[in-house]
Amino acid sequence: MVLRLDTVRVTRSGTSILRDINVRLGRGQIVGLVGPNGAGKSTLINAIATLIPFSGTIRWQGLPIRLREIGYMPQQAQVRADLSVIETVLLGRHEQLGWRVATTHLDQALGILEDFGIAHLARRNMQSLSGGQQQLVLLTQRLLREPKLVLLDEATSALDIRHQLQVFDRLRAYVGRSGALVVIAIHDLNLAARHADTIMLLDQGQVAGSGSFAEVIHEQALRDVYGIEAELLRASTGHTVILPVTAYGSTGPTSNGIHDVQLN
Amino acid sequence: MTDTAVSADAMRDGYRRASARRLGAILAAGLCLLLLMTLDLTTGPSGMPLADVWHGLVAGPNGADRAVATILWQLRMPQTLMGVLVGACLGLAGLQMQTILGNPLASPFTLGFSAAAGFGAALAIMFGGLIPLPGYLVVPIMAFSMTLVACGLVYLIARLRSATPEILVLGGIAVLFFFQSVQSLLQFLASPEVLQQIVFWLFGSLLKSTWTSVAVTGTILFACLPFVLRDTWALTTLRLGDANALSLGLSVEALRRRTFLLVALLTAAAVAFVGTIGFIGLIAPHAARTLVGEDHRFALPLSALTGAIILIGASVFGKFISPGAVIPVGIITAVAGVPILFAIIIRRGGKGAV
Repeated sequence: MVLRLDTVRVTRSGTSILRDINVRLGRGQIVGLVGPNGAGKSTLINAIATLIPFSGTIRWQGLPIRLREIGYMPQQAQVRADLSVIETVLLGRHEQLGWRVATTHLDQALGILEDFGIAHLARRNMQSLSGGQQQLVLLTQRLLREPKLVLLDEATSALDIRHQLQVFDRLRAYVGRSGALVVIAIHDLNLAARHADTIMLLDQGQVAGSGSFAEVIHEQALRDVYGIEAELLRASTGHTVILPVTAYGSTGPTSNGIHDVQLN
Repeated sequence: MTDTAVSADAMRDGYRRASARRLGAILAAGLCLLLLMTLDLTTGPSGMPLADVWHGLVAGPNGADRAVATILWQLRMPQTLMGVLVGACLGLAGLQMQTILGNPLASPFTLGFSAAAGFGAALAIMFGGLIPLPGYLVVPIMAFSMTLVACGLVYLIARLRSATPEILVLGGIAVLFFFQSVQSLLQFLASPEVLQQIVFWLFGSLLKSTWTSVAVTGTILFACLPFVLRDTWALTTLRLGDANALSLGLSVEALRRRTFLLVALLTAAAVAFVGTIGFIGLIAPHAARTLVGEDHRFALPLSALTGAIILIGASVFGKFISPGAVIPVGIITAVAGVPILFAIIIRRGGKGAV
């Protein structure tokens, strides 16, 4: 178990956002961090990335985490600079670049762009790209650093279906090649079902369950955590597909009827 | 998909070609600067013929023709060199300031440095007699010190809170207003003769240049250069935004703080002797970015060169339009700067971001 979180708590303006998170995660897998809005997914990612103060301990291979050694990508990562895609990706190695960019660095950067199927964008200006394309470029930039721990906050939210598939494909290959641990906060449960090895379900700042998708996400959990009634179907690939049916009112199942009356 | 089938070799060559093009732009700017420097040396109120200029230059500072030697070596040469140094300082400081504040409207003067320098100079002009040092030293020393005091105040605020652009700008605005008001107070209290001297200092003119000023400003500029150049890649990385730069392992706040100190030093060196010369620190970075993009390996040197070009160009222009009484370059850069700034805004505005 290389990533250990012990009694991690985050409090902001008197509200506790994370309470007593205890987690053990091994390397060589993709962990899908799921949960409703405000459950604390981003906060947990930010705490692991040492970007916000927390109490408790977070250890990576027994040591405190250093941001420059991990591959972290925030939710809002838009670039508004007059830089080309290849220049942006190269900055993933900014500590090692000299006055003349070494050919090895250049080839690595071009190689990873090719790997992610966006080599044709190499000379485009970052500002001319769509949000999803920028996300892809920034992801390749982070992976160019070859981090052993990758933290992604909604990294695929702005991508079309094809690129989502491609990203998880590449992440899977990266994990297989480097033995890295990828933790990805993700809203789309079906995407998590399809691509994550382990699911961690957060609810109101606590871990409501972790394990395989089937273990964690079932009808009862969806009812309790998301407040929805859903059907769990089985796809031909063997993966679960969630079909949301109805959402309860904001105060729970019993207020449903009152809620409807108010709406009418 | 045919468009993804671009070969890696072609793309690598493309990157190399783009780099070479940018290097070419820097070389061209260097040539342009040399040309303007020559033009600046050969023009002046004395209307000296070109042949005399050439002979005077060849003869050196101790040439037989005393009048020619004095005009060339004691007046024009220091003015031209000072123009280059001041322009380079302001160009560099301007780009650094715009990068660390992430704001295209920032300039070396945004955080109140020029007001502080003006106050220091006014203080020295009014009370310099009390200090047993020659006036030509007291004024720059006071202007320089006050700039560093202003920097210290903003730095302190940034240390106490955090070195975010917002905190830096707010602190800078407070410092700016403080020094502006105390300077106004001095001007209000000053006698008409002293007031005239203060106002003349504030104009910013290369006529105040001497070999001393060239040596001091040159030393500061070259002492700062290694530190400026060391952070080239870090500054480029900062342009990705704080969140991205942080996750790439950059100590964003530390970078901002040390760059801010360099900006203060460069600005103080630029304004201490010649007064405040506006717009160069605002426009030179824009011109540089337009030409070579935001890779600071190219943008920093080009911004420095562009700053020098604008300042020397303004000096030459000033001598042409009014050969008898040279108009202070500070006024010319300010007047000429407005249409240039407009042009840049309109051109770049279409790209979605300035």
